[in-house]
Amino acid sequence: MRNYEVTFIVDPVLSGDEIKSTAQTYSDLLANEGCKIVHTEHMGLRQLAYPINKRSSGVYYCLQFQAETGAPVPKMELAFRRDERIMRFLTVALDKYGVKYNDDKRAGKIGKKKPKVEAKVEDEKVVKDDLTKIEGIGPKIAEALAKAAITSFVGVATKRPAEIKAVLEAAEGNFSSHDTSTWPRQARLAADGKWDELKTLQDELDGGRPNASTEEE
Amino acid sequence: MASRDDIKFLSNPNIGKSRKKYCRFRKFGIKHIDYKDEDFLMQFINEQGKLLPRRITGNSLKYQKKVAVAVKRARHLAILPYVTDLLK
Repeated sequence: MRNYEVTFIVDPVLSGDEIKSTAQTYSDLLANEGCKIVHTEHMGLRQLAYPINKRSSGVYYCLQFQAETGAPVPKMELAFRRDERIMRFLTVALDKYGVKYNDDKRAGKIGKKKPKVEAKVEDEKVVKDDLTKIEGIGPKIAEALAKAAITSFVGVATKRPAEIKAVLEAAEGNFSSHDTSTWPRQARLAADGKWDELKTLQDELDGGRPNASTEEE
Repeated sequence: MASRDDIKFLSNPNIGKSRKKYCRFRKFGIKHIDYKDEDFLMQFINEQGKLLPRRITGNSLKYQKKVAVAVKRARHLAILPYVTDLLK
């Protein structure tokens, strides 16, 4: 029994379903060859350290499998090379320590797991942010943003005004007249807890619009 | 006659005594180096993404070779850069 691990990068331009089906193709291929899939890890969309095929990010997958012989590996690699959706792959034979490492990692015995869990808890706390504190966002807009998975000040702050605008236009209701240009700036202050500075900024603003723009109504 | 307490060292005798380096893999019993663990591998490369020599990291030869392989694998998968500046 030999243990292998193959990591591959899928083109991020594909839709979520296509990416999943790509990964599924290869675990099916291996299963057909008589391999036992030990674990499939979806490592998610990551920034690449250098561009590959003019792409700066990629979706990483990691498959660990057991095979009686090494025969399925060249077949799988040939399929990877022929597949345009796969940007890069790496097959590694695992020794007993590698297998143990992966088992321990899955069981959460190897570090780094705990901080991630804590970070999630923090995120959940942030979710409770009252977006209506931002001038220009009312309860209706906050609802629309929540549907687009923007529920925290940080979430708003990291978006560009145009992106928020796109979300609002996609949402039901007539939000298109709202000016989103100052929202990320307000959200940044709110996220940092600088309420006084936010207050002075809002005093200068008129309904979430920059003061310079004239009121049409 | 000055008592023993009055004798002061002109320079700190502890300066220049470097702490003994050790191989962290042997000391902590790490048997496998994961090429996907970017943060861990960062400890063995310099700002330009080059491998640090053993005389700096203190790794034993066996594990330095494994570190080198892991870093090279990470580079192939674009987890670490081949060449860069200001990595850290």
